Amino acid sequence: MPETPRRSASNLPPLSLHIPEPRYRPGDTPDFGDIEVPAIDATPRPGEASKPDAMRELCYGLVRVLNFDGQAKGPWDPKLAPELLRSMLRMMLLVRAFDDRMFRAQRQGKTSFYMKCTGEEATSVASTMALDRADMVFPSYRQQGILITREYPLIQMMNQIYSNRGDHLLGRQLPIMYSAPEHGFFSVSGNLATQYPQAVGWAMASASKGDSRIATVWCGEGSSAEGDFHSALTFAAVYNAPVIFNVVNNQWAISSFSGFAGGERTTFAARAVGYGIAGLRVDGNDPLAVYAATQWAADRARTNNGPTLIEHFTYRAEGHSTSDDPSAYRAAQEYAAWPFGDPVLRLKEHLVKLGEWDDARHEALQKELDDLVKTTQKQSEKLGVLGHGMHQPFETMFEDVFEEMPWHLKEQCAQMLAEQEAKFGPDWKPE
Amino acid sequence: MNMIEAINSAMDVMLARDSNVVVMGEDVGYFGGVFRATAGLQKKHGKTRVFDTPINECGIIGVAVGMGAYGLRPVPEIQFADYIYPGLDQLVSEAARIRYRSANDFVCPMTVRTPFGGGIFGGQTHSQSPESIMTHICGVKTVIPSNPYDAKGLLIAAIEDNDPVVFLEPKRIYNGPFSGYYDRPVEPWSKHAASAVPEDYYRIELGKAATVREGEAVTVLAYGTMVHVAKTVIDELNIDAEIIDLRTLLPLDIEAIEASVKKTGRCLIIHEATRTSGFGAELAALVQERCFYHLEASVERVTGFDTPYPHSLEWAYFPGPVRIATALTKILKD
Repeated sequence: MPETPRRSASNLPPLSLHIPEPRYRPGDTPDFGDIEVPAIDATPRPGEASKPDAMRELCYGLVRVLNFDGQAKGPWDPKLAPELLRSMLRMMLLVRAFDDRMFRAQRQGKTSFYMKCTGEEATSVASTMALDRADMVFPSYRQQGILITREYPLIQMMNQIYSNRGDHLLGRQLPIMYSAPEHGFFSVSGNLATQYPQAVGWAMASASKGDSRIATVWCGEGSSAEGDFHSALTFAAVYNAPVIFNVVNNQWAISSFSGFAGGERTTFAARAVGYGIAGLRVDGNDPLAVYAATQWAADRARTNNGPTLIEHFTYRAEGHSTSDDPSAYRAAQEYAAWPFGDPVLRLKEHLVKLGEWDDARHEALQKELDDLVKTTQKQSEKLGVLGHGMHQPFETMFEDVFEEMPWHLKEQCAQMLAEQEAKFGPDWKPE
Repeated sequence: MNMIEAINSAMDVMLARDSNVVVMGEDVGYFGGVFRATAGLQKKHGKTRVFDTPINECGIIGVAVGMGAYGLRPVPEIQFADYIYPGLDQLVSEAARIRYRSANDFVCPMTVRTPFGGGIFGGQTHSQSPESIMTHICGVKTVIPSNPYDAKGLLIAAIEDNDPVVFLEPKRIYNGPFSGYYDRPVEPWSKHAASAVPEDYYRIELGKAATVREGEAVTVLAYGTMVHVAKTVIDELNIDAEIIDLRTLLPLDIEAIEASVKKTGRCLIIHEATRTSGFGAELAALVQERCFYHLEASVERVTGFDTPYPHSLEWAYFPGPVRIATALTKILKD
């Protein structure tokens, strides 16, 4: 057999495989001075019905409203009333207070797990405020700000985190995997990005029924590498589904930096271009920009102009979860060096600049919210914490696998109840 | 009606009865499906009720889950069961668990229809029988009809069920029952009693087996195509066997199985799927646990071999008359 001549290339260097590497590792001094921060009026605000083609540059720019002096400027300024801004600040502070308490509760052994969203509060709080209360949200695990903004009872969140007898998910779910249908909050799944096509399906259903509600969905930049992301954007484009895709680009997926999700070569908003849908890249630490972008995308979806992908450019200020130690893979000072600052402080500064807020009121509000969280925590802990007794009747383990329990589950349930009696005696009751 | 017409009729009936039913999948809309199962449905019920999808099984099932959460009753089609795997995460991690993980906040009343099984020279990716993958998922029901009458009644029940159902359609018998003798002409369904299918609504309860043939000597547990292959062999050998068509693998009709095996004392399990960890293993374990003192012979399994489904050697692979006859002879001799 004649040998196929190879186009090779004795005179070329060998191929090399590129493995992305973050810029800073533990011990390094981070400097993000070269991150491009486009001027506030460099990013135009096209009409909500614009063709996706007209949105291209927005996928590479950055929607900004608040400059670093706390002033709202430019075409995207949503011009919100001070009352609304104060309420946004309150929600973001409440999220932060809640996170701090629950993180501590995990460290105290009251629950198995927690995940904070520090530094990303705007991406859930501000976007939720720009939605209609009846719109359906499909969150990932780092959007507790949605529930808090929609005034889901804090005690129910805590009960879920503690898997206690007040937990309406009956202790079945890992902490923070909330579910709140009355608050338009879809059940959180541990499997990443699965909510993406589901949100599209919900939006398609709403459209096919002639409803006026839209769907919104969140994932992190790391999860955008999942196949479900591609499935969702394809279906949304094909059926012009009224859905808003949020990618919270917080730079880190546990220990792997955004380069492993494809972030070295392009922006995550630019994924929209290939699907023919509108894309916006937003300063995720600028609550007004997040609000404005969501409002734009919601109006677009509501007027049958189709889906939008919003990349929230932000930074995951803390560890991935209570099981994670970020000092093992990234420079300790990264968040301090992050050029977009802290979303809570930026909104606070804005309100102060407007003459609608001051340090004393801020401190008082913080104290009020800390107290609220603390009081609620005490109430929740009266219903039990994880590891201190078992709080659900054992048979609930077998319920809701199906609408009706089939024979094999009934048999297994009987077996388990016999084990329970052998271990704890006939009078055992949930604590 | 043949199987295809019966399945088409079930969807037609349900589309008309319930405005929340939607039918979707690759080529199911305008074209009416590669097996014609959805022929005419789009024209009759409209494009928002019956429509084509991108070639993306994760999307098909994931979108259906979201539609279910909204309140629709989606009936997605996966063109071949061999291609359900890209949608498996949505099925296993999402559809099957949503009711449980949300404590009834959200449910998934979805029926995934998918043609499965071999005997059609489909080679590796048009012949698989992945039912044991489905039955291993907590929270999903698995249904397999073996004739037109059951296909319609079971599909209607599946669509009406508030839990996710995987509805596996044995494509070898879409047009007629298969004897197992590939060199004999195929008989059309019209010569079979079960081709008398009412035009209107009726349902066959999920979780109930059917006794295809009563007998005293041995119990044969089968489903789908293999019901007909088993019957042919048993008729030819003139064995007094009882054939139970399981129809629903999960939830399983354990009472019917137990009653029959306790009566006959012998049990043969037949499926096309590969043997190791196949559904036959579950059946054999259940029979052994529940009928141990009634058994007069070891429980036998006639299955596909533990290889990918071959193309040219299909009839050496397929659990046909010779393999079944050999197993029956062995069981009855013991």
